[in-house]
Amino acid sequence: MQLPPALHARLAGAPGSAEPLPVERDPAARTAPFRFAPRPVRFPREHDFFEEGDVQRHLYLQDVLMQVGGAPERPRVPEFTCQVAGCCQVFDALEDYEHHYHTLHRNVCSFCKRAFPSGHLLDTHILEWHDSLFQILAERQDMYQCLVEGCTEKFRTSRDRKEHLVMRHLYPADFRFDKPRKSRGPVMPGAAEQVLAEALGDDGVPSEGDAMEVCSEHVEPPPVPAGERRAYSHRCLARI
Amino acid sequence: MWSRQRGRLKPLCCGVEELRCRRREREAALRKARREQQLVSKRLLRDEALEEAEEGCVAMIFGEAEIQQFLQLAQRGTEEKEREGALVSLRRGLQRPETQQTFIRLEGSIRTLVGLLTSNQALLQLEAARCLHELSHSEQSAVVEACLPATSYLLTYLSGHSSDFIELCLYTLGNLIVESEAVRRQLLPQGIVPALAACIQSPHLTVLEALGYALSQLLQAKEAPEKIIPSVLGSTLPQHMLQLLQPGPKLNLGVAVEFAWCLHYIICSQVNNALLITQGALSTLGLLLLDLAGAVQRTEDAGLELLACPVLRCLSNLLTEAAAEAVGGQLQLRDERVVAALFILLQFLLQKQPSLLPEGLWLLNNLTANSPSFCTSLLSLDLIEPLLHLLSVSNVVSVLVLTVLCNVAEKGPAYCQRLWPGPLLSSLLDTLAFSDTEVVGQSLELLQLLFLYQPGAAQAFLQQSGLQALQRHEEVAQLQDRVHALQQTALHG
Repeated sequence: MQLPPALHARLAGAPGSAEPLPVERDPAARTAPFRFAPRPVRFPREHDFFEEGDVQRHLYLQDVLMQVGGAPERPRVPEFTCQVAGCCQVFDALEDYEHHYHTLHRNVCSFCKRAFPSGHLLDTHILEWHDSLFQILAERQDMYQCLVEGCTEKFRTSRDRKEHLVMRHLYPADFRFDKPRKSRGPVMPGAAEQVLAEALGDDGVPSEGDAMEVCSEHVEPPPVPAGERRAYSHRCLARI
Repeated sequence: MWSRQRGRLKPLCCGVEELRCRRREREAALRKARREQQLVSKRLLRDEALEEAEEGCVAMIFGEAEIQQFLQLAQRGTEEKEREGALVSLRRGLQRPETQQTFIRLEGSIRTLVGLLTSNQALLQLEAARCLHELSHSEQSAVVEACLPATSYLLTYLSGHSSDFIELCLYTLGNLIVESEAVRRQLLPQGIVPALAACIQSPHLTVLEALGYALSQLLQAKEAPEKIIPSVLGSTLPQHMLQLLQPGPKLNLGVAVEFAWCLHYIICSQVNNALLITQGALSTLGLLLLDLAGAVQRTEDAGLELLACPVLRCLSNLLTEAAAEAVGGQLQLRDERVVAALFILLQFLLQKQPSLLPEGLWLLNNLTANSPSFCTSLLSLDLIEPLLHLLSVSNVVSVLVLTVLCNVAEKGPAYCQRLWPGPLLSSLLDTLAFSDTEVVGQSLELLQLLFLYQPGAAQAFLQQSGLQALQRHEEVAQLQDRVHALQQTALHG
């Protein structure tokens, strides 16, 4: 299919269009048995016309998805330590460090040192746990905001909110980022016993893989023997 | 400038010929699935045969005891590396369906996995997410549905910041979405649409591509037009999608492909295309078309047709909307560069993927049907001859080419004059030799217009043995009347 050489230049040229030639229709044009009439055509979702392109699309997807999910080869770098005060985690790949940083240090509550998966949850936490004004307002109006982004519902108590999360949003009843506070009043920094109680959960048993409750600063980690650099498991309440 | 993200190619264990054969089989399977309207299915997302070839090299089947061991080690091991290693082993095992089955039947296994997923050990989190991803990939519903307790967390993590982790969560969600309507019935109230709307603001290309994939699967669901697309249209997703499709140095092919398909699924469902038009969809897509045409000239890049296809579809369908008329004043809809771009793409498709030619010609039809301006452009840019060149490709293509020519011819003598003389007549005589009724029928329509508007056309037709060409169709039911009418006109004027 040979295209006129000027075409490529036209594409690169300025926007604009030709002055249209005059339109002059003869009514005899559309008389029976001839029936042609120009019309734009639309095709709905499932139309067979789309079969070819759809098949090509899915071939492509199959190729892409085959490559997803395995741990990609990461370029290794000389070991380095996380620079956040009190954290001794060691890494040999930048992406691992990136994930560590975002998980543990990025959305950390400056009052109680808990880490959260997102800024949104952190903000909610600070408001509900550390803001005395919140407590006062909560006595008179619905202040507990639904945790699902996009849902604007507010509730009187955190229990009501949890019920809403479960019933309306099909969240698990033990959703880990919605732990209720045990006591009234804002949680003050340094309230180590409080934090201890929270992290242990109701039955007092330390559960591995529990909610994002990292307390990295006000509890001293056991001293590391000099000369030994080990990757640090950062649980301040382990092995009680 | 178009950038391709880093490749993630795994070494394949078979030769080129085998690959081609495999591909043909996959194509056939997909075609069959589409006819049965089963194109969005887990089974088709993962190429089974290729998997098996690799399996021998990697995964073993683990029994209950071994799985227990791995989980316990991951949970309570003392050494960081040990715990991670346990999960890596588990993940490899989970590539096998047998291991998957054993895993989900083990009491507390999912709970433990979710616990590790939400732990404060970043690397364990990642590995746990990979385990979950393996499970989500399974063809067995029971295995996939075992992942459901994790979905609220996967969605929560979409608002995080760790791009690798988010990417993994998105592909996992994409797999879950495809699984069944029941799964989607949980994901929707859990807020998947707002979560995606928040996540689409990420600057990471890998995240965006994964998000586009997940969203495209969501939009392709059977119930999407009623249950999903309205809330997607009500969110900020369309604006962001259009932004990601804007041509320019930041346009990334992999990302653009995904969101172009998302737009296609939305548009062809015809829920509220007027809204998309007010958000500038026509304008953005028109500019993208121009950019694509530029790109195909510059690079041998495999994959541009993957983007061309949905863009062509979106534009074609949008042009049928009444709202499109209203914004007709906008430059893109009158700009003849669109026609130039389209022909460059048609040439590209002819070489690369001829089966996609109908889609390009569909757009050409919609552009020219009611537009004297674009019909004139076809003539002034000398595009009739290249168009005629396509007549031998296939019946579907021929009908479309002839339809476009009719679009031009029906506008009157000034247009037919420019179609004459030239190769048009001999091309028409060729198409009259086709046996396909639709091709012949469209040729007859075009002939009638030429006889009507172009003096001398009927005579030239006669001189070139046109009557004989018509004769062979005298008995065909759908063609008879028109054949006779043309014979009369040719002979008697």
